[in-house]
Amino acid sequence: MTDESDNIIVIRDLCFKRGEHVIFDHADFDIPRGKVTAIMGPSGCGKTTLLRLIGGQLKPDSGSILFDGQDLFKLSRNDLYELRRTKMGMLFQSGALFTNLSVYENVAFPLREHTNLPEAMIRDIVLIKLQAVGLRGARDLMPNELSGGMNRRAALARTIALDPEMIMYDEPFAGQDPIGMGVLTELISLLNKSLGLTSIVVSHDIHETASIADKIYVIAQGKVAGEGVPERLMEDNSQLVQQFMNGLPDGPIPFHYPAQDYFDDMMGSIES
Amino acid sequence: MQIRMLEAGVGLFMLAGIISLTVLALNVSGLTLSSGQETYTLYAAFENIGGLTKRSKVTVAGVTIGRVTDITLDKNRFAGVVEMEIQAEYNEFTTDSTAAILTAGLLGEKYIGIVPGADEEFLKDGEVINDTQSAIVLEELIGRFLFNKANN
Amino acid sequence: MIERLRILGRSGLDILAIQGRSAIFVVQSLYGIPSFRKGGRLLMEQLYAVGVLSLPIIVVSGMFIGMVLSLQGYTILVKFGAEQSVGQMLSLSLVRELGPVVTALLFAGRAGSSLTAEIGLMKATEQLTSMEMLGVDPLRYVIAPRLLAGFITMPILMLIFNVVGIWGGYLVAVDWLDIYEGSFWANMQSATSFDEDVMNGIIKSIVFAFVIAWIAVFQGYDAKPTSEGIGVATTKTVVYSSLAVLGLDFVLTAIMFGDF
Repeated sequence: MTDESDNIIVIRDLCFKRGEHVIFDHADFDIPRGKVTAIMGPSGCGKTTLLRLIGGQLKPDSGSILFDGQDLFKLSRNDLYELRRTKMGMLFQSGALFTNLSVYENVAFPLREHTNLPEAMIRDIVLIKLQAVGLRGARDLMPNELSGGMNRRAALARTIALDPEMIMYDEPFAGQDPIGMGVLTELISLLNKSLGLTSIVVSHDIHETASIADKIYVIAQGKVAGEGVPERLMEDNSQLVQQFMNGLPDGPIPFHYPAQDYFDDMMGSIES
Repeated sequence: MQIRMLEAGVGLFMLAGIISLTVLALNVSGLTLSSGQETYTLYAAFENIGGLTKRSKVTVAGVTIGRVTDITLDKNRFAGVVEMEIQAEYNEFTTDSTAAILTAGLLGEKYIGIVPGADEEFLKDGEVINDTQSAIVLEELIGRFLFNKANN
Repeated sequence: MIERLRILGRSGLDILAIQGRSAIFVVQSLYGIPSFRKGGRLLMEQLYAVGVLSLPIIVVSGMFIGMVLSLQGYTILVKFGAEQSVGQMLSLSLVRELGPVVTALLFAGRAGSSLTAEIGLMKATEQLTSMEMLGVDPLRYVIAPRLLAGFITMPILMLIFNVVGIWGGYLVAVDWLDIYEGSFWANMQSATSFDEDVMNGIIKSIVFAFVIAWIAVFQGYDAKPTSEGIGVATTKTVVYSSLAVLGLDFVLTAIMFGDF
């Protein structure tokens, strides 16, 4: 385990339930500062939930999440907003651009809300950010005129408008064509290196993720099933990690949804 | 430009609201701008108030000068006591003024008509008009008419 | 038996929980009203969307309702030879009842449902969450201006509705049915009191505005983030606000005009 001060986020003993369904069961995570950390795992294992917990939008049943040593759930509402404003950014799966604003206005939105910069300065910042994601030419388009990938890139420009210390990417590669995927992988690792950001990438695209991640967590059944650098994880001897990394249909994560015995079930329908 | 159109629209909307309120106040409820003026209270006891209600008009020579504000029953005399709010400028009713309960038209609303007398003294705030004429109750009127017919 | 009791108890608790959540929600949003910075433009946009765009339906409905009231009133009153009182009947029924209630129902259908759908859609497309992650409180930025716009515009719409209704009734009564114009206005003015009738109508309208705006934004904010969920929420807005308006109208009328 690395030195505590090198971790921007330290999660200990996290438990979270949604109804009867246990999503996290005493899970621990350390997110190293300035690195790309990937959270991987089968669908529905709580990857997105983890991001929401880190973002302070959900409260865990027990356990703590420390961001730079501050416990997120002991912060007041105002302090939490302050933290999100200055240090965190999140890129949503759908992009989540404001549909009634143009691309330019979307990127300018956080600047207008949180700063009192003059219009000329806002314009400069917006154009720099749009240039970084390659959409400077699309600034006057409305979000519904953009393709899925462009939507996500515009949203990325909005996320980095206030220069956060950490960006969380929720399924950045989902539903992208190979080119779009290439662009996004490139952008994530470029931003990480050039701006010294901490990135958390939630994904289940193994190859793209492995190519940019410095550290990977594989979560399954509410626990951390494996962690480490990508190369080490490939050779991890846990069955679960192997099943996930190699995409095997059956294994510790069963193919069948839990059900009563097949034979009994079929016979039962005749009796009743 | 777009924002200006928007603001103009909202401005017109607000203006329409204010105009509507004015129309409702002046044309519909007949509110005069000098309302909210001072008033004083007079009482009158009637044998029968027959259908008079709160907010009924109080008139002199057909001109409205006030409203009925309360109606109670005097338990000693079994008379209906009417509390009236009269505009302060009409404060020269003599002590021998009479009050009558009248009806506007055959089926119209009941109101109080005051007829000034000839006395030297004027009624002051909270005083009672003693000389009153009760409401005409249709049944009594018909009854009396039939009785007279039979006597003839 | 115990199972049924349990279900009853649970649904009771669920209802209480929703009431509680919506109360917290509206208090937090109201708390956000005075502080929304650069809020002038946001409020202006909502005043336009909620108020100005509702005008056509309010004006047209007001016109027809006034006309029909005059016509119906006339056919009944003329049997008692009291057709000159049609102005009085028209103004009292509009100012006391139909103005606030019909405006509220139309407002719930026109503006309330679109508020719910808009907020629900913003929720479903994660715009509200992403706003939160950008450090902007959606209660302050999205909800508060819409609530406020609802409070402000509905009483104004009601006033406009009343005036248009009375004008429509006037056209039918005076121009078509040959009621003498002088007695039309005189009867109306002697029967309608500003303090009691007009003001009580305005108070009713303010109460309805509060209830509808609250229901509409809460249903949107609380909608399931799917297209089906938005549909359900929109329907709920119209149904709940209509029921709330009609129920509250009875209570308010009893308090205001009940003469206890």
